[in-house]
Amino acid sequence: MELDAVMLARIQFAFTVAFHIIFPAFTIGLASWLVVLEFRWLRTGDLLYKHLFKFWAKVFAVSFGLGVVSGIVMSYQFGTNWSGYADFTGNILGPVIAYEVITAFFLEAAFLGIMLFGWEKVGKRLHFFATCMVALGTLLSSFWITSANSWMQTPAGYAIENGMAVPVNWWEIIFNPSFPNRYFHLIVGMYLTTAFAIAGMSAYMLLRAKRQGGDDPERIAGAKSSLSMAMWFAAIFAPIQIVLGDLQGLAVLDQQPTKLAAIEANWETRRGVPLVIFAIPDDEAEKNHLELAIPKLGSIILAHDPDGEIPGLKDVPKELRPPVFPVFWSFRIMVGIGFLMLFLGLWSLWLRRKKRLYDHELFLKACLVMTPSGFAAVVFGWFTAEIGRQPWVVYGLLHRDDAVSPTVNAPTIAASLATFVIVYALIFGAGTYYLVKLLRRGPDPVELARGDDLARKPKRPFSLPEESLAGPPGHASDPDTGREPAEHRRREEP
Amino acid sequence: MTGFELPANLSGMALWLPLVWAGIIAFAVAMYVLLDGFDLGIGILFTSAENDNWRDRMMLSVAPIWDFNETWLILGGAGLFAVFHLAYAMLMPALYVPIIVMLIALIFRGVAFEFRFKAETSKHWWDKSFHYGSILATFAQGVVLGAFVQGFATNGRQFTGGTWDFLTPFSIMTGFALIAGYALLGATWLVMKTTGELELWARRQAMRYVLLTVGAMAIVSLWVPFLDTGIRERWFSFPNLLYLAPVPVITALVAIQLWFAVKRNLRYWPFFLSMGLFLLGYAGLGVSLFPNIVPPDVTIWEASNTPSSQIFTLIGFSFSLPATLIYTGYAYWVFRGKVAEDVESSGYH
Repeated sequence: MELDAVMLARIQFAFTVAFHIIFPAFTIGLASWLVVLEFRWLRTGDLLYKHLFKFWAKVFAVSFGLGVVSGIVMSYQFGTNWSGYADFTGNILGPVIAYEVITAFFLEAAFLGIMLFGWEKVGKRLHFFATCMVALGTLLSSFWITSANSWMQTPAGYAIENGMAVPVNWWEIIFNPSFPNRYFHLIVGMYLTTAFAIAGMSAYMLLRAKRQGGDDPERIAGAKSSLSMAMWFAAIFAPIQIVLGDLQGLAVLDQQPTKLAAIEANWETRRGVPLVIFAIPDDEAEKNHLELAIPKLGSIILAHDPDGEIPGLKDVPKELRPPVFPVFWSFRIMVGIGFLMLFLGLWSLWLRRKKRLYDHELFLKACLVMTPSGFAAVVFGWFTAEIGRQPWVVYGLLHRDDAVSPTVNAPTIAASLATFVIVYALIFGAGTYYLVKLLRRGPDPVELARGDDLARKPKRPFSLPEESLAGPPGHASDPDTGREPAEHRRREEP
Repeated sequence: MTGFELPANLSGMALWLPLVWAGIIAFAVAMYVLLDGFDLGIGILFTSAENDNWRDRMMLSVAPIWDFNETWLILGGAGLFAVFHLAYAMLMPALYVPIIVMLIALIFRGVAFEFRFKAETSKHWWDKSFHYGSILATFAQGVVLGAFVQGFATNGRQFTGGTWDFLTPFSIMTGFALIAGYALLGATWLVMKTTGELELWARRQAMRYVLLTVGAMAIVSLWVPFLDTGIRERWFSFPNLLYLAPVPVITALVAIQLWFAVKRNLRYWPFFLSMGLFLLGYAGLGVSLFPNIVPPDVTIWEASNTPSSQIFTLIGFSFSLPATLIYTGYAYWVFRGKVAEDVESSGYH
């Protein structure tokens, strides 16, 4: 592997995007989870939900902040390292990404402020509306960006003029062939990621209570309720995700045969191919070492026919094939995690029937181990899709050698890559540390949260304008305590 | 006005769409500079504040809104990609180093909002991260501005210059000028949003940065005609001189008003006059560079995307942009008023 400008730019993109995707993978699910919690609080009036909301909102805020700052890097990197790509696709993907900013980013950002800081500034309904808008923003954002990425996988609705892609039909561009399926696959994957993170976290609290011989009863109630909701979700959506993944496989067979051949490490086009369980694919020798395979199963799964024809890698010249090893293994890790999720979902249904969901130690430990599983599945799924597309940046249209910035040289990219690696290690190391700290502490006991509600409510983050106008500039409202005078405190929660 | 001509070979949509879009992008950049300007400015002033309570209040005054202030920056980048993608593809490689520096600095200051309130022993590190991140991001933006005024070496559809072309005494000067300017916006924002000793301190800072900002604007304005660009003819040829003479005069008047507004303890005027000062400088820049989007050679018409891309994006923007302005305006209104001095009451951290 030669470390030229193209390779370095690819490493930089893969590195920054893999870091970035972890946070949206979490926040997209969390935003909807917050909507559910606040909805249940408003419906039942049970403070347990409000208090869970406040806890998960803090986790959301940290993850969202990390997602935003790592996302800004992405939006400029298209131009800095990949100006050939920016020039080729700008007419088509520029508008799609601009739509993401204008419909999603502002929505999320504006209502996030109200959701986090607005408890005493707006009414309950409006606060709930803000939470819904944040969730809607996350879904819209992934809509547009998945559409843009899918267009790079299966370009449609375009013409080539003067060596650039120009739009012909916007509907076909946005709803390009691979987009709808990939969008649902991604969203369900991100929801499952969040569900398993919540389940793992709740299992941790239950295990800890067990080990310590007890905990605040309402905190335990919160953990049980969260675990139950998360496992319902897993039991329903893990099988759906496997079906969506299967549909995705059929689509790739049709749309990107070379990628499919790499996923299956299938070198020759043939009928009745086996399913390769284990292999060490060798790009040079064009064969698999140590192959372990089940006859015919590959064709059955991929083409839904035991004699179905599966394309082979040798159909295209060597230089137009993706590296097989990472595609083959990323895919298997993702699928393996998917089946583990399915297994845990089914197990939870069984335990629920036996009424042992909250105290079966082995199950809780399994949930704890599965906490980061969704993140791994999302990242490896992403690797499968993106490495499988190589060497094309836009499938069949734009080769990566033509996509890179022609005048930016390898040392410059190497320097910026090294900087990103160090900065991300620092920042995301600290971010993970604070998240773990938050999660280990868990929600404050409900009693405290209730006290919090009564005692802290009158003190507002921002005083009302009419009060602050009373008095000369620079006046302190109450020199002794630095607080607003007590008689000005008002607005008990209804 | 002389100094440029509308392209004679274009008419109809191909002529006016790029003009409309140049207006929209100029608007987005102005929003970014004004809005993220004041919260970057708070970062610049951050470590000179006397105590932790002041710093907490400074941060809380922008915590609910900084995120969408920064979203205007993404809109600037994405808008450029959407309708002037050639400019995007030429400018990003040319501005590689300052853009990367800015992004990294913005990461450090952005995460400080969340981390600082969660940290205990390491709180002072996040203070520094916020402070130096803000200074560096501002300086990088100022350098980008200077590089933009200087112009870029281009040929056809590519940037042909070197990695360090952007770095000149002039662009370093504009980098410092922007630090003074953002600090002024931050100080006058604090005048509006805080009380007590902190407000009095913010007023003293505001006075200091009015002088520094006006001085920096004067130096940059006098320097520009000596750069080897067409900007001198734009300003100093006849009859342009007559049309444009009011710009520096109004700027001077606004600066004087601003000085007295801070001095006379007015609450809102210092901030709005500071924004006015920025807008005047921005207008001067527009007059100097129009209609180039990659100075000195590439115009908005040459860099524009196909009409279909521009129209498709324009349809979305004509609904979304007003909606965005309404709900971001609403968010500002929700968080109006001064920040309480007791930071424990924020109810969030």
